[in-house]
Amino acid sequence: MSDLSLNTHLKIALVGNPNAGKSTLFNALTGLNQKTGNYSGVTVDRYEGKSAFNSGLHHFEFSILDLPGLYSLYPKSNDEVIACQTLLDEREKIDVVVIVVDATNLKRHLMLATQLIDLKIKTVLALNMIDEANKQNIIIDVAGLSDTLGVPIAAVDSRHSSGVDQLKELITEAKISDALFYDLQSEVIKDKGSYKAYIQSSLQQTSAQAFENTDKIYRFNIINYLLAKYVKSPAQLSQKEMSSKIDAFATHKIFGYVLLLFILFLVFQFIFFISESPMNWIEQFFLQAGNYVHAAMPAGQLNDLIVNGLIAGIGGVVMFVPQIAFLFMFIGFLEDSGYMARASFIMDRIMRPFGLNGSSVIPLISATACAVPSIMATRSIKNVKERLITIFILPLISCSARLPVYTLLISVLYPNNTFLGIFNSKGLVLLAFYLIGFVISLLTAFVLKKLVKTNEHSFFIMELPVYRKPQLKTIGILVYNKVKVFISEAGKIILAISIVLWFLSSHGYSKEYKELDQQVAAVQSSDVVTNKEHIIKHLESLKLEHSYIGKLGHFIEPAIAPLGFDWKIGIALITSFAAREVFVGTMATIYQSSDADKEEGIKEKLRNELDVYGNKKYNTAVCWSLLLFYAFALQCMSTIAVVKRETNGWKWVFAQLLFLSVLAYGSAFLAQQVLS
Amino acid sequence: MTTLNELKPGEKAIIRSFSNEALSSKLIDMGCLPGELVSISRLAPLGCPYMIHVSGYELSLRKAEAMTVVVETLS
Repeated sequence: MSDLSLNTHLKIALVGNPNAGKSTLFNALTGLNQKTGNYSGVTVDRYEGKSAFNSGLHHFEFSILDLPGLYSLYPKSNDEVIACQTLLDEREKIDVVVIVVDATNLKRHLMLATQLIDLKIKTVLALNMIDEANKQNIIIDVAGLSDTLGVPIAAVDSRHSSGVDQLKELITEAKISDALFYDLQSEVIKDKGSYKAYIQSSLQQTSAQAFENTDKIYRFNIINYLLAKYVKSPAQLSQKEMSSKIDAFATHKIFGYVLLLFILFLVFQFIFFISESPMNWIEQFFLQAGNYVHAAMPAGQLNDLIVNGLIAGIGGVVMFVPQIAFLFMFIGFLEDSGYMARASFIMDRIMRPFGLNGSSVIPLISATACAVPSIMATRSIKNVKERLITIFILPLISCSARLPVYTLLISVLYPNNTFLGIFNSKGLVLLAFYLIGFVISLLTAFVLKKLVKTNEHSFFIMELPVYRKPQLKTIGILVYNKVKVFISEAGKIILAISIVLWFLSSHGYSKEYKELDQQVAAVQSSDVVTNKEHIIKHLESLKLEHSYIGKLGHFIEPAIAPLGFDWKIGIALITSFAAREVFVGTMATIYQSSDADKEEGIKEKLRNELDVYGNKKYNTAVCWSLLLFYAFALQCMSTIAVVKRETNGWKWVFAQLLFLSVLAYGSAFLAQQVLS
Repeated sequence: MTTLNELKPGEKAIIRSFSNEALSSKLIDMGCLPGELVSISRLAPLGCPYMIHVSGYELSLRKAEAMTVVVETLS
């Protein structure tokens, strides 16, 4: 018989200390049936998922919310504040709270458990990492503990998905515990009426309450008693001994840094070189797809929109997937193994003066390939201020999209590739630009450290979890989620901007533009024109000049003239907002460089280009001015899109855009004034 | 009585009190309780932060933070 009063759609919240294995349990419960969003107004990811369970005749549907890690109901960080607020928010309609505790760290984890029980909500306790506890010969009297806490307990090994069905069963039977763990004599709680009412009022306070420590110490005394009664653990835990041995190496004066350097080297190799092939495949795939659609569809505006706007735009988004996937493969590995906290530990003293975190080193290194995955990788930085500073400076690191721009300009500057007769000029100037990017980014971080104020305390009180074997499933789900979030959130903005850029560069309102359009069509369909390709190239160049972007290039000329730039460079500045390397392609179109050898062709054209006075247009001053402009300017819509997503708002995007634009303009102006 | 940062690596002590209220509640969250046994497991290569052993696990904190923990050495 079906019980009509039974609620078979349950909203579950997973609550527990950081490192309690909450995410692993969440993955075990939901698999890929999850989605990542943002809590409104803050930069904390919100993970929700679905799971189902059949018990007897009943079919249960769970919607599961994985709350950010929490040490106690007196939050200290933004993540913790969000977790507490969400937990107590009536609108969330949470039916059952699953308290996730690490069976090998019961003392600290049970503190939060007793607080949650005192809220008088339906709770179930997941005794996670039970396999590890067994291996360490920690013997827990689960029935006894469950009786005293008044909460059903499921012993779970979420890494191997064992005990998960028992947990689901217990969730369907969850009740409110009768036990109380706060000091019943406490006037502070009596005043408020209940522990929940007290916590709700203390969440409104900004300063720490004196009662807070009293409450926690009271709980720890009870927990010490519970542990003595229900848990037997050996004096020395082998797992911790093992961790200590690894730490002797991983945090060693010399070997510690050698190991970190080796890991950074691997990250660099993967993001910079190994991603190259899959990125080329993606580029080829979308090129082929574009060609196919172009041929299959009737020619015209719609064809152009789909092929050059939509397909090319989507290709530009998907292009980032290999780098994001590789980077998060590493980050998943480093975080899941416990190493990330050690990297932070040994780098803290070095990064601290710049307002950066030890965990900033991985984003900083991967930014030499691309700022986009690196900005996403700053999630590992727990401190909000340090994370924002890292995001702010990452676009200053010289990325791989700048390389084609630098290469072109350097070879225009130094045609025979030597500097002062003996040095390889390309190598030298490139090195200089990597150094400039790095130094300016550290200086910026240093200044921001003084300027940025957050309401969060800057603690470095951080747990160093024991080393564990990373789980492929955990890493796989992390990579999958990151790619999905990038495509669905940042991807939308990137696609929108690339379609706008496509429209502006392939449309024009003037009479000339329309005439040119007709001429191109006439030449293309003509049988008598012999030098078709050459003429079309000439017409395409003229078309670009008369397009909206061409007009914009002319329009901004007065503003960029002090930098030594003309409207032709102006056009390239606008189109390369799609990605810096587009600069080279646009210059090739403007100067009608031959397709056969675009790179060489455009170099020659630029070297030979003369200004109205018959002097070389691309002289030392203009080249250096352009080089510096590209070193600093936020000429990258993808970076903007991803900063917007990662800071959950436009405020930081605009601050960053403004700062980098002023820096780029100022330094290019200075170069122009000094060198010409 | 001394402070946590004065301990030599491996030397055992008992936490007695805290000299900074805002920090103390965070430290208690992390298992640094009055009456708890504490020791420094190791220092980071540049002398700071510290890795301490407390409540059965390893915790890292900076020198300035360790200075707020008043301890009594066991001798």
